[in-house]
Amino acid sequence: MDIIKAVEQDNLRNAYSEVDVGDYVKMYLRIKEGARERVQLFEGYVIARKGSGLSETIKVRRLSYGVGVERTLPVHSPNIDRIEVVRKGKIRRAKLYYLRDRVGKAAKITEKLAKRS
Amino acid sequence: MTKFMLGRKAGMTQLFDEKGIAIPATVIACDPMFVIQNKTEEKDGYKAVKVAAGDIREKLVNKPDKGQFAKANVPVKRVVREYNTDAEYTLGQEIKVSDMFAVGDRVDVSGVSKGKGFAGNIKRHNQSGGPEGHGSMYHRRVGSMGPGSDPGRVVKGKKMPGHMGAANCTVQNLGVVLVDGERGILVLKGAIPGPKGGLISIESSVKA
Repeated sequence: MDIIKAVEQDNLRNAYSEVDVGDYVKMYLRIKEGARERVQLFEGYVIARKGSGLSETIKVRRLSYGVGVERTLPVHSPNIDRIEVVRKGKIRRAKLYYLRDRVGKAAKITEKLAKRS
Repeated sequence: MTKFMLGRKAGMTQLFDEKGIAIPATVIACDPMFVIQNKTEEKDGYKAVKVAAGDIREKLVNKPDKGQFAKANVPVKRVVREYNTDAEYTLGQEIKVSDMFAVGDRVDVSGVSKGKGFAGNIKRHNQSGGPEGHGSMYHRRVGSMGPGSDPGRVVKGKKMPGHMGAANCTVQNLGVVLVDGERGILVLKGAIPGPKGGLISIESSVKA
């Protein structure tokens, strides 16, 4: 078991531990077009994080022209250039699959504001 | 030259290839092997090398086996295997994974598959089951035994339920993804037979 962890440890890139479920994020993805490489932006709500270690995945959902689009990517994938958190979400569930049944204003997540000090 | 290695399956995970695509990876723990005998054409009638690997308590090894290890000046080992090879090895030589395999090599992996016990035809021979409902009463049964009074017997080789798994099994032509001689780690692309901790023999692929 430890030997597997050792192999995974060498290949871990960035766990993005600051990205939580419910956050609105901007994902910058590396796309290869022939010899050229460019960075594509995909933004939306993080609706799930699954798995552990090197196999952990992140699921981001957005509504694009009225059609729901979801992208699931391994968190440690080299194809992820970076992930930016735009705003934190206030949620009561670990998986936000209920958003799939909602459109418009109902599909919004309340922003979680930092505690007043 | 055929290359070979002994190891134990540690389990599976996934790694990313150069395109950034996740590939299935099996991690194998390969402790160094030690050469304990060279079989020669003159003396034994064929050429081979006998290697040993895996730690074991001194107490559990019997005297004749201890003699073998003592002759090669090697500490007692759990597993002893013989491989046909043309390469020359010195007695007592330590062989690491990195001495045998490199990234990009193709290998065949042999081991004992997971035991499935007494299995029915659906699991054992990939047959399809009958209908579940509508009074079918024919769910996971074997099916017809074949023709009737001519030949008047069941043909040999008829697929029937029985013991499945726990048999020698070889998976051919797997790619080597990662080799670490210091830590004794070998990572292959794809699945290999047997449970975690199962003894595995890796040889260079016959198809390569």
